[in-house]
Amino acid sequence: MNWWSRLLRRSRMEDQLEKELRFHLDQHADDLVARGLDPDEARREARLALGGPEQVKENCRDARGTRWLEDFAQDTRHALRTFRRKPGFAAVTVLILALGIGATTVMFAVVNGVLLEPLAFPDAERLVAVHGFTESFGEYWGFSPPDFADLKRISKTLITAAWTYGGGTISAPGAPEYVDGRQISAGLFSTLGITPLQGRGFQPNEDSRGATPVAIISSSLWRRRFGGDPSVVGRNFVFEGKPYVIVGVTPAGFQLDEPADVFTPLGQQTEPRMQNREAHFLHVPARIRPGVTLAEAQSEVALIGRQLEAQYPKSNRGVGMRVRRLQEEIVRDVRPTLWLLLAAVGLVLTVACVNIASLMLTRAISREREFAMRVALGAGRSRLARACVTESLLLGVFGGALGIFIAKLSIHPFITFWPGSLPRAGEIHLDWRVFAFGIGMSLSSAFLCGLAPIMRIPLRGLDPALRAGGRAIAGGSSRLYGVFVASEIALAFVLLVCAGMLGNALLKLSSLDPGFDPRNVLTARFAISPAALGNPEQIRATWQDVLDRIRRMPEIKSAALADIIPMREGENSLSYRTTPAPPPPSQEPIALASSVTPDYLKVMGIPLRAGRFLDEHDVAVSDPVVAIDENLAQHAFGTKNAVGRQLWVPAFGAAPVQVVGVVGHVRHWGLAGDDQSRVRDQMYYPFAQVPGPLLRFFSSVMSITMRTKTPPLSAVEPLRLELRGAAGDQALYEPRSMQQLVSASLARQRFLLILFRAFAGLALLLASTGIYGVMAYLTGQRTSEIGVRMAVGATERDILGLVMRQSVWLVAAGLVAGVPVALAAGWALQRFVAGMQPAYVATFAVMIPLLLISAFLASFIPARRASRVDSVSALRQE
Amino acid sequence: MATPKSDLPQGTLDLLILKAVAGDPLHGYAIAQRLEQVSRGVVQVPEGSLYPALHRLENRGMLAANWKKTETGREAKFYQLTRKGRKQLEAEAASWQRLSEAVGLILAMDGVVR
Repeated sequence: MNWWSRLLRRSRMEDQLEKELRFHLDQHADDLVARGLDPDEARREARLALGGPEQVKENCRDARGTRWLEDFAQDTRHALRTFRRKPGFAAVTVLILALGIGATTVMFAVVNGVLLEPLAFPDAERLVAVHGFTESFGEYWGFSPPDFADLKRISKTLITAAWTYGGGTISAPGAPEYVDGRQISAGLFSTLGITPLQGRGFQPNEDSRGATPVAIISSSLWRRRFGGDPSVVGRNFVFEGKPYVIVGVTPAGFQLDEPADVFTPLGQQTEPRMQNREAHFLHVPARIRPGVTLAEAQSEVALIGRQLEAQYPKSNRGVGMRVRRLQEEIVRDVRPTLWLLLAAVGLVLTVACVNIASLMLTRAISREREFAMRVALGAGRSRLARACVTESLLLGVFGGALGIFIAKLSIHPFITFWPGSLPRAGEIHLDWRVFAFGIGMSLSSAFLCGLAPIMRIPLRGLDPALRAGGRAIAGGSSRLYGVFVASEIALAFVLLVCAGMLGNALLKLSSLDPGFDPRNVLTARFAISPAALGNPEQIRATWQDVLDRIRRMPEIKSAALADIIPMREGENSLSYRTTPAPPPPSQEPIALASSVTPDYLKVMGIPLRAGRFLDEHDVAVSDPVVAIDENLAQHAFGTKNAVGRQLWVPAFGAAPVQVVGVVGHVRHWGLAGDDQSRVRDQMYYPFAQVPGPLLRFFSSVMSITMRTKTPPLSAVEPLRLELRGAAGDQALYEPRSMQQLVSASLARQRFLLILFRAFAGLALLLASTGIYGVMAYLTGQRTSEIGVRMAVGATERDILGLVMRQSVWLVAAGLVAGVPVALAAGWALQRFVAGMQPAYVATFAVMIPLLLISAFLASFIPARRASRVDSVSALRQE
Repeated sequence: MATPKSDLPQGTLDLLILKAVAGDPLHGYAIAQRLEQVSRGVVQVPEGSLYPALHRLENRGMLAANWKKTETGREAKFYQLTRKGRKQLEAEAASWQRLSEAVGLILAMDGVVR
């Protein structure tokens, strides 16, 4: 029989114990009667011999070894009874705890799913990403195809694969549709350890020029377009005007960085950039070979980088290679945000715990007489401590259960609320680890909350508490209260400062000039008819036709093409020189280069500073020209008036390009991010001067931009209809108004602000109720003292001042503790959130009075009540 | 009843109980009776400690208990030695034997006791 079943049969065992002892007594008495004693006398003798029956029973129970469990059950029943008698206290406590636990559990679930859990690939800890890096551009420089081929050939420590962005129009079977795609090397799936749902990955012979066009499709495309046909492998479809044979279907949910529908072999590409060592567009995931460490792989890759640098100084000078864990790479963007939020939520939970602790302390003090009575009746100190802990653990269990329930309800809304796409969002689940965290957090916070009352358990039996008739001996606990209130103030202050700094930053950032006029501007990516991709002339003619059609529409004022759009994903950074001779590699400046048509400046409303913008006369046969922004002019020539100067851009060839105009700087990297970005120089070159062989590639990245007469998004449907093309195989996608993009560029700051504001508000509310509760309690304890003071002549004002001074001291202590923490938190925000500026003075100037006013209001009610004390009745309480 | 009573040394009650039930199963009262009889009245079992000791030994698996009818027809809880209890009894009895012999030897030393 184990202790559990023993506990369950507790009442049966009690009966048996009773029966056993009764038998003993009867037997003994019978024997004594047999020896000639009077039956009554015999029974008395037998009882005396056995001793007090209750004491014997108690000792037997102890001997059973289930004592603590029985006590626990008893304490639980007692606690439940107390809760029922004071449901308000229990409800408030459980609710506060549940909110804290719920928020913390949600954040932990996100951190766990995104940052902690290994990637959903087999043996994921051996997966890495290889990067190029240069001094001037920094890390996360892509790979050029020849460099990748060399790395793949030379490396002994890594199994490498590569991918780049693709995408295009599927025109058959079914209606034309633009889909995202990826061009991948043959080994990609096997490197990642992915087994296709159907069919197979690419074979090496398919990953080369001139091989049969084959494709792997996503399971979502398979279901959407092929109705989940089980024999889809081997079927044909037309992608970018070319028939492809389907060889495989990816497992559901598979994605490299973002979802894509069509995967094609990288090696079949014939574009010139496939041979260009200076075109860094490949992502290189790799798997560390068995028995090799990350450090070994890192040093080998660095060595290969140096070898290639020596071998190809023209293209590779200053370009190094580095290895990072793939997981770090995938979550790089969100890691600091997630930790920030988890820390903030942790602060809220701490405030909640402190609040509950002070509530429980108040209750413990009001129960001091009960404790003293129990000690007097023989309860041990540890027994009472266990009773207190049981009570708080019970609150923890309820709070935790409710909190986990709240977490379960709110996790999906929270993920949807995340600005942009949260990497690995699909891998966030409330799994056992999250549950364990939630339960652990609630029990440990409840336990900590329960520690305060334990200190109130009297040390000796008949304590002064009994004699004092419940009057406060407030010395020790008022100090403890002070610590509670001050720490609540400090924590709330930290959150308030964070929220204030974020609000301040967002206000400043929103008022920044983006460098263009975002009102009434519509942008959209566009895929021209795959049939037109055959030769450069056709491509140019098709784009011209698109522009002409747009311009004829009544909704449109002006239209232009551009390969990159400010504040949207996608960029093209090129190095430039002011002399024909290359400067030292680490000093080579880089500019954001945008290929546009002449009306671009007019559409975007970018101001012209000097000279002219690109115009219709800048064509393939005329001299190559660029327009530069004022930053580039200042950096390269030290003057804004750079018209007529020359630049050498290696990507454009050896001949110099003429600067024809200087335009205003555009905050391409977002209102928040632009000031900190590495590439702040910008240049524009004519789409008409893009060399013929590159046009097919450029076609895949060109977007259209329009200034509209109507609200921009209302023009999308008419545009779609107008631009379908003769064969109905042209597609407009990702339409965005520039105002949307500007606003999205602050989405993370706004998101953080909303959350921090909520957290800070909650913390302030908790701290205020904390102050209120504590002040109400402390003044209540001092009623008789106040009565005496008033009896000897103190006025209402004096008493009000007395109480308020006490609370001001507490707030001041909290602020003293909070300021350094707030400074540290502000530093973390500046470090991890783009666009944050130190604004301590302004923030403190708002937040300190806010806290003081809250504290003032919270303590005013108790203070007023104290000042209204009638001295006679107060003294009579004695 | 003139025999002087001796207090039981600490920890010997368990040993005596185990020995008492080494034969037939006995109920608590009978155990107390037997110990007193066998020791010719020298050992007075503190009845207040007897039952906690029985429960403790049962809890540790030294004793097994059953409810059975006595000869007078009443139900009583009978304790019986388990295999574990028997081993414990042998070990403790041997150790007690050694200890009491040693104490006896020391007390028998010449010239020490005056």
